[in-house]
Amino acid sequence: MFLVLAAALFAVGLFGALSQQSVVMVMMGLELMLNGVIVAGAAFWYFVAPARADGQLLVLVVITAMTVEMAMGFAVVTLLFRARDADMTDMAAELKE
Amino acid sequence: MQLAVFAMCAVVAVASGVAVFRVDSMARATYALALSFVAVGVAMLLLGLAYLGVVTILMMVMEMAIMAVFMIMFMMNPAGLMPMSMLHNKRGAQAISLGVFLVLAAGALLVPWPQHRAPRPADPTRAVGEAIMESKMLVMVGVGAVLFATIVAALVLAAGRSRYDGNVTRPSSEAR
Repeated sequence: MFLVLAAALFAVGLFGALSQQSVVMVMMGLELMLNGVIVAGAAFWYFVAPARADGQLLVLVVITAMTVEMAMGFAVVTLLFRARDADMTDMAAELKE
Repeated sequence: MQLAVFAMCAVVAVASGVAVFRVDSMARATYALALSFVAVGVAMLLLGLAYLGVVTILMMVMEMAIMAVFMIMFMMNPAGLMPMSMLHNKRGAQAISLGVFLVLAAGALLVPWPQHRAPRPADPTRAVGEAIMESKMLVMVGVGAVLFATIVAALVLAAGRSRYDGNVTRPSSEAR
Protein backbone atom coordinates (compact mmCIF):
# COMPACT_ATOMS: atom_id res chain seq x y z
CA MET A 1 0.00 0.00 0.00
CA PHE A 2 2.95 2.32 0.62
CA LEU A 3 4.01 1.87 -3.00
CA VAL A 4 0.50 2.68 -4.22
CA LEU A 5 0.60 5.86 -2.13
CA ALA A 6 4.00 6.65 -3.64
CA ALA A 7 2.61 6.06 -7.14
CA ALA A 8 -0.36 8.36 -6.45
CA LEU A 9 1.87 11.16 -5.15
CA PHE A 10 4.24 10.77 -8.10
CA ALA A 11 1.36 10.88 -10.60
CA VAL A 12 -0.21 13.96 -9.01
CA GLY A 13 3.16 15.71 -9.06
CA LEU A 14 3.72 14.69 -12.67
CA PHE A 15 0.36 16.20 -13.63
CA GLY A 16 1.38 19.47 -11.99
CA ALA A 17 4.83 19.51 -13.56
CA LEU A 18 3.39 18.89 -17.03
CA SER A 19 0.33 21.12 -16.89
CA GLN A 20 1.25 24.21 -14.87
CA GLN A 21 2.44 27.35 -16.60
CA SER A 22 3.91 29.05 -13.56
CA VAL A 23 7.52 28.07 -12.93
CA VAL A 24 6.94 28.01 -9.17
CA MET A 25 3.96 25.67 -9.57
CA VAL A 26 6.07 23.39 -11.79
CA MET A 27 8.57 23.24 -8.93
CA MET A 28 5.77 22.26 -6.55
CA GLY A 29 4.89 19.41 -8.92
CA LEU A 30 8.50 18.24 -8.88
CA GLU A 31 8.50 18.35 -5.08
CA LEU A 32 5.39 16.17 -4.99
CA MET A 33 7.06 13.66 -7.32
CA LEU A 34 10.08 13.48 -5.02
CA ASN A 35 7.65 13.13 -2.09
CA GLY A 36 6.47 9.91 -3.72
CA VAL A 37 10.06 8.73 -4.13
CA ILE A 38 10.61 9.31 -0.38
CA VAL A 39 7.62 7.11 0.49
CA ALA A 40 8.80 4.39 -1.90
CA GLY A 41 12.37 4.49 -0.49
CA ALA A 42 11.13 4.23 3.10
CA ALA A 43 8.80 1.35 2.19
CA PHE A 44 11.54 -0.54 0.36
CA TRP A 45 13.82 -0.15 3.37
CA TYR A 46 11.15 -1.43 5.77
CA PHE A 47 9.80 -4.34 3.74
CA VAL A 48 12.76 -5.49 1.63
CA ALA A 49 16.09 -4.70 3.29
CA PRO A 50 15.72 -3.32 6.84
CA ALA A 51 19.01 -4.82 7.98
CA ARG A 52 20.99 -2.41 5.77
CA ALA A 53 20.79 1.36 6.05
CA ASP A 54 20.88 1.93 2.26
CA GLY A 55 17.16 2.67 2.02
CA GLN A 56 17.36 5.26 4.77
CA LEU A 57 20.32 6.86 3.06
CA LEU A 58 18.40 6.99 -0.21
CA VAL A 59 15.64 8.89 1.59
CA LEU A 60 18.20 11.34 2.99
CA VAL A 61 19.67 11.91 -0.47
CA VAL A 62 16.19 12.50 -1.96
CA ILE A 63 15.39 15.04 0.78
CA THR A 64 18.65 16.80 -0.11
CA ALA A 65 17.70 16.70 -3.79
CA MET A 66 14.39 18.40 -2.94
CA THR A 67 16.23 21.16 -1.11
CA VAL A 68 18.69 21.65 -3.96
CA GLU A 69 15.87 21.67 -6.51
CA MET A 70 14.00 24.36 -4.62
CA ALA A 71 17.05 26.55 -4.07
CA MET A 72 18.18 26.39 -7.70
CA GLY A 73 14.61 26.72 -8.97
CA PHE A 74 14.01 29.91 -7.03
CA ALA A 75 17.39 31.28 -8.09
CA VAL A 76 16.48 30.70 -11.75
CA VAL A 77 13.01 32.20 -11.24
CA THR A 78 14.53 35.26 -9.62
CA LEU A 79 16.97 35.61 -12.50
CA LEU A 80 14.20 35.15 -15.10
CA PHE A 81 11.99 37.67 -13.37
CA ARG A 82 14.77 40.24 -13.07
CA ALA A 83 16.11 39.81 -16.60
CA ARG A 84 12.88 39.25 -18.56
CA ASP A 85 10.01 40.06 -16.20
CA ALA A 86 8.85 36.48 -16.83
CA ASP A 87 7.46 33.96 -14.36
CA MET A 88 5.74 31.58 -16.80
CA THR A 89 7.28 28.65 -18.63
CA ASP A 90 5.77 29.80 -21.94
CA MET A 91 7.58 33.14 -21.61
CA ALA A 92 10.97 31.42 -21.44
CA ALA A 93 10.85 29.03 -24.36
CA GLU A 94 13.93 30.09 -26.32
CA LEU A 95 15.49 26.65 -26.15
CA LYS A 96 12.42 25.24 -27.91
CA GLU A 97 12.81 27.51 -30.90
CA MET B 1 -4.86 1.00 14.51
CA GLN B 2 -1.68 1.47 12.48
CA LEU B 3 -3.56 0.65 9.29
CA ALA B 4 -6.20 3.27 10.09
CA VAL B 5 -3.55 5.93 10.75
CA PHE B 6 -1.75 5.00 7.54
CA ALA B 7 -4.99 5.15 5.54
CA MET B 8 -5.74 8.58 6.97
CA CYS B 9 -2.21 9.81 6.19
CA ALA B 10 -2.42 8.43 2.65
CA VAL B 11 -5.75 10.13 1.99
CA VAL B 12 -4.53 13.43 3.44
CA ALA B 13 -1.23 13.26 1.50
CA VAL B 14 -2.89 12.61 -1.87
CA ALA B 15 -5.86 14.93 -1.31
CA SER B 16 -3.67 17.83 -0.27
CA GLY B 17 -1.36 17.04 -3.20
CA VAL B 18 -4.33 17.36 -5.54
CA ALA B 19 -5.42 20.52 -3.74
CA VAL B 20 -2.06 22.14 -4.59
CA PHE B 21 -3.17 22.38 -8.22
CA ARG B 22 -6.82 23.12 -7.58
CA VAL B 23 -6.94 25.97 -5.08
CA ASP B 24 -7.10 29.56 -6.30
CA SER B 25 -4.51 30.95 -3.94
CA MET B 26 -0.77 30.43 -4.24
CA ALA B 27 -0.35 30.70 -0.48
CA ARG B 28 -3.01 28.01 0.06
CA ALA B 29 -1.31 25.80 -2.53
CA THR B 30 1.94 26.09 -0.56
CA TYR B 31 0.24 25.14 2.70
CA ALA B 32 -1.52 22.22 0.99
CA LEU B 33 1.88 20.96 -0.16
CA ALA B 34 3.22 21.34 3.39
CA LEU B 35 0.26 19.28 4.67
CA SER B 36 1.06 16.57 2.13
CA PHE B 37 4.65 16.44 3.38
CA VAL B 38 3.52 16.28 7.01
CA ALA B 39 1.22 13.34 6.20
CA VAL B 40 4.11 11.56 4.46
CA GLY B 41 6.32 12.25 7.49
CA VAL B 42 3.73 10.66 9.78
CA ALA B 43 3.51 7.65 7.45
CA MET B 44 7.30 7.30 7.76
CA LEU B 45 6.99 7.41 11.53
CA LEU B 46 4.66 4.41 11.23
CA LEU B 47 7.53 2.51 9.58
CA GLY B 48 9.73 3.16 12.62
CA LEU B 49 11.76 5.84 10.84
CA ALA B 50 11.68 8.32 13.70
CA TYR B 51 14.63 10.42 12.52
CA LEU B 52 13.73 10.59 8.85
CA GLY B 53 10.05 11.18 9.57
CA VAL B 54 10.78 14.12 11.87
CA VAL B 55 13.42 15.50 9.50
CA THR B 56 10.94 15.33 6.61
CA ILE B 57 8.27 17.17 8.59
CA LEU B 58 10.59 19.87 9.95
CA MET B 59 12.48 20.47 6.70
CA MET B 60 9.42 20.57 4.52
CA VAL B 61 7.45 22.86 6.83
CA MET B 62 10.37 25.31 6.80
CA GLU B 63 10.78 24.91 3.04
CA MET B 64 7.11 25.61 2.42
CA ALA B 65 7.25 28.67 4.70
CA ILE B 66 10.07 30.04 2.52
CA MET B 67 8.18 29.01 -0.60
CA ALA B 68 5.12 30.95 0.57
CA VAL B 69 7.24 34.11 0.71
CA PHE B 70 8.42 33.52 -2.88
CA MET B 71 4.84 32.81 -3.96
CA ILE B 72 3.67 36.14 -2.63
CA MET B 73 6.67 37.86 -4.25
CA PHE B 74 6.23 36.40 -7.73
CA MET B 75 2.62 35.43 -8.22
CA MET B 76 -0.20 37.70 -9.23
CA ASN B 77 -2.84 36.10 -7.02
CA PRO B 78 -1.32 35.13 -3.68
CA ALA B 79 -4.48 35.55 -1.65
CA GLY B 80 -6.91 33.81 -4.01
CA LEU B 81 -9.21 36.78 -4.43
CA MET B 82 -10.04 35.83 -8.02
CA PRO B 83 -10.32 32.49 -9.86
CA MET B 84 -6.96 31.33 -11.13
CA SER B 85 -6.15 28.79 -13.79
CA MET B 86 -2.71 28.70 -15.37
CA LEU B 87 -2.66 25.41 -17.22
CA HIS B 88 -1.51 24.26 -20.62
CA ASN B 89 -2.18 20.88 -22.19
CA LYS B 90 -4.41 19.84 -19.28
CA ARG B 91 -5.90 16.78 -20.99
CA GLY B 92 -2.52 15.50 -22.15
CA ALA B 93 -1.04 15.94 -18.67
CA GLN B 94 -4.03 14.15 -17.12
CA ALA B 95 -3.69 11.22 -19.53
CA ILE B 96 0.06 10.90 -18.99
CA SER B 97 -0.14 11.11 -15.20
CA LEU B 98 -3.05 8.64 -15.05
CA GLY B 99 -1.12 6.21 -17.27
CA VAL B 100 1.98 6.56 -15.08
CA PHE B 101 -0.10 5.96 -11.95
CA LEU B 102 -1.69 2.83 -13.41
CA VAL B 103 1.69 1.40 -14.48
CA LEU B 104 3.33 2.16 -11.12
CA ALA B 105 0.38 0.88 -9.08
CA ALA B 106 0.19 -2.29 -11.17
CA GLY B 107 3.90 -2.82 -10.59
CA ALA B 108 3.47 -2.25 -6.85
CA LEU B 109 0.59 -4.71 -6.58
CA LEU B 110 1.53 -7.40 -9.11
CA VAL B 111 5.31 -7.75 -8.77
CA PRO B 112 6.31 -10.47 -6.25
CA TRP B 113 8.55 -8.29 -4.08
CA PRO B 114 11.20 -10.17 -2.07
CA GLN B 115 10.54 -10.59 1.63
CA HIS B 116 13.25 -9.69 4.11
CA ARG B 117 14.67 -12.43 6.29
CA ALA B 118 17.16 -10.50 8.41
CA PRO B 119 15.85 -8.94 11.63
CA ARG B 120 15.05 -5.24 11.68
CA PRO B 121 17.52 -3.07 13.64
CA ALA B 122 16.37 -2.22 17.14
CA ASP B 123 17.19 1.45 16.54
CA PRO B 124 16.99 2.54 12.86
CA THR B 125 18.28 6.02 13.73
CA ARG B 126 21.45 4.53 15.22
CA ALA B 127 21.81 2.31 12.14
CA VAL B 128 21.64 5.25 9.72
CA GLY B 129 23.97 7.31 11.92
CA GLU B 130 26.56 4.55 11.94
CA ALA B 131 26.22 4.10 8.19
CA ILE B 132 26.75 7.83 7.61
CA MET B 133 29.87 7.86 9.76
CA GLU B 134 31.30 4.58 8.49
CA SER B 135 30.57 2.76 5.24
CA LYS B 136 28.42 5.48 3.59
CA MET B 137 30.48 8.49 4.57
CA LEU B 138 31.40 9.18 0.94
CA VAL B 139 27.71 9.65 0.11
CA MET B 140 27.32 12.32 2.76
CA VAL B 141 30.59 13.99 1.76
CA GLY B 142 29.20 14.17 -1.78
CA VAL B 143 25.91 15.57 -0.50
CA GLY B 144 27.81 18.24 1.44
CA ALA B 145 29.76 19.26 -1.66
CA VAL B 146 26.53 19.44 -3.69
CA LEU B 147 24.86 21.60 -1.06
CA PHE B 148 27.84 23.99 -1.00
CA ALA B 149 27.87 24.20 -4.80
CA THR B 150 24.12 24.91 -4.68
CA ILE B 151 24.61 27.80 -2.26
CA VAL B 152 27.27 29.36 -4.52
CA ALA B 153 25.30 28.76 -7.74
CA ALA B 154 22.03 30.08 -6.31
CA LEU B 155 23.73 33.24 -5.05
CA VAL B 156 25.51 33.85 -8.36
CA LEU B 157 22.27 33.39 -10.31
CA ALA B 158 19.93 35.31 -8.05
CA ALA B 159 22.09 38.21 -6.87
CA GLY B 160 21.58 41.55 -8.58
CA ARG B 161 24.49 43.06 -10.52
CA SER B 162 26.13 39.68 -10.96
CA ARG B 163 27.44 37.94 -14.05
CA TYR B 164 23.97 36.84 -15.24
CA ASP B 165 22.02 40.00 -14.56
CA GLY B 166 20.98 41.39 -17.94
CA ASN B 167 20.40 44.95 -16.74
CA VAL B 168 23.95 45.77 -15.80
CA THR B 169 26.29 47.64 -18.10
CA ARG B 170 29.51 45.70 -18.32
CA PRO B 171 32.78 47.55 -17.64
CA SER B 172 34.22 46.17 -20.88
CA SER B 173 31.34 47.57 -22.97
CA GLU B 174 31.75 50.96 -21.27
CA ALA B 175 35.41 50.99 -22.22
CA ARG B 176 34.53 50.47 -25.87
